[in-house]
Amino acid sequence: MSVVQLTDVVKEFPGRGRRASAVRAVDGVSLTVERGEIHAIVGYSGAGKSTLVRLVNALEEATSGSVVVNGTELVGLPEKQLRQVRRDIGMIFQQFNLFGSRTVYGNLAYPLTVAGVPKDQHQKRISQLLHFVGLADKAHAYPDQLSGGQKQRVGIARALATDPKVLLADEATSALDPETTRDVLDLLRRVNRDLGVTIVLITHEMEVVRQLAHTVSVMEHGKVVERGVVADVFADPAHAVTRRFVGTVVDDRPDDELLAVLRGRHSGRFVRLAFRDADVRQSQVYDALGRHGVGFELVYGGIEAVGERTFANLTLALDGEPDAVQAAIDEVAGLVRLEEVE
Amino acid sequence: MDAVTTLAVDTRLPELWPQVWEALGQTLTMVSITLVLGGALGLLLGLALHLTKRGGLYANTPAYVLLNTLVNFFRPIPFVIFIAAVQPAARLVVGIGIGTKAVVFALTLAAMFMIARIVEQNLVSVSPGVIEAARAMGASRLRVTCTVLVPEALGPLVLGFTFAFVAIVDASAIAGVIAGGGLGTFAQQYGYRQFDWVVTWTAVLLLVAIVQLAQLAGNLLARKVLRT
Repeated sequence: MSVVQLTDVVKEFPGRGRRASAVRAVDGVSLTVERGEIHAIVGYSGAGKSTLVRLVNALEEATSGSVVVNGTELVGLPEKQLRQVRRDIGMIFQQFNLFGSRTVYGNLAYPLTVAGVPKDQHQKRISQLLHFVGLADKAHAYPDQLSGGQKQRVGIARALATDPKVLLADEATSALDPETTRDVLDLLRRVNRDLGVTIVLITHEMEVVRQLAHTVSVMEHGKVVERGVVADVFADPAHAVTRRFVGTVVDDRPDDELLAVLRGRHSGRFVRLAFRDADVRQSQVYDALGRHGVGFELVYGGIEAVGERTFANLTLALDGEPDAVQAAIDEVAGLVRLEEVE
Repeated sequence: MDAVTTLAVDTRLPELWPQVWEALGQTLTMVSITLVLGGALGLLLGLALHLTKRGGLYANTPAYVLLNTLVNFFRPIPFVIFIAAVQPAARLVVGIGIGTKAVVFALTLAAMFMIARIVEQNLVSVSPGVIEAARAMGASRLRVTCTVLVPEALGPLVLGFTFAFVAIVDASAIAGVIAGGGLGTFAQQYGYRQFDWVVTWTAVLLLVAIVQLAQLAGNLLARKVLRT
């Protein structure tokens, strides 16, 4: 069952200045996030992902299209009801956005007060939340006395205070160092697994996508250009933008410069083979090459793991009689995805 | 007697002490009433300016332009002219165009426009992200304004109000123009115009003392709010 369902959503901002035309930040996006899923939206700055995530809790109102969250259509809903809807959607931020004038306790009490939770229940709930995020001893600290990682933990605890079904994470780890990022990602994984909270996260860090997300949408110029299961997208990115993103963490394609070096070292035709999981064994491929009397050498690539799945993009140099090599290539192309490297 | 001893001796201060205390009382009354009334109105007007600005919680460009123009219209008028110019309005609102009441009326109006600008400038320091976080929790715009926007800017606001207080003390010295009393009037009447520099400086030192105490209190309060 889908928790978030966007259909043909458009968001335009009026242009600044008298003659400026409207800016279309989100341009006809359709997107479904299933219950219990961790869905990542990646894109460069200005791709529209920040706006898109704010359409989900109606901090921005869609210009057209439909935004359904927890079964409620948000487009056209009056502000008063939107406030009700927002209480079921948590949100965390790159800059944490904690209330500097309140203690950690005060920060966590705020959403409870807004949701009308009686004051005598605050203490118990806040203690639960602080234990969950591992900050039980920081209740009376002020945000400026906490480290970045601790601040984000408070942010997460605050976002979870009213038991939301969906958590929106806006570049939640982009301001953190790698170590702290890992801790926060672990915490988000627990939020998803133990509490069953659906997470929609936006990021420009593919490492975050790889470590945390189940599914991913790639955005460019306000449009979703690619979407799929994370392992599939990593193994076989279709769009140029996706390839650039995947390339930042999976280094399995030699760039032109390196390719020239490799060609100097190895003779023969270069082909790239994409293996996914264990559906085709590498030995099957190598056997086929052997049968055709084609010598081969692995010149670049490796095996990558995304979640529990593995995939490999291997670049091979094939040596032998031209006809034999062609026949081998034809046979192997029937087994795995094969691409001639120009 | 030579000139120096003449200056040193020739003062009526000893017989003027009752008037000094009366003037001090008048100044404190005018200034504190102004701070409370002008402060409250200025806070509201400043909030209105901040909230109606582009990107504000109640973004409304025509309203902002109107308020902004209004504040800009009144702010540059020198208080000595302002106090006379608003006399007709004072008669309407407080029933009289001269005296302490009329002075308080004029001071309150002037303070409101000044404090509005100070408040508007201090509210800019609140991160839009914090406002957004509160909105994302389902808080109404009014609730966000009262429970996030103002508390988050409280430290700078306290300092801003302290600054305003000092400016009000300064402005209150002109009250004599419409027979308003206070230390400024006293210093002019019994000091400056009688060539009695001892009296003038007594009034000046009292004004300085008020300002020092107010600044000290403001700083202490701001430090407490900011936890530094």
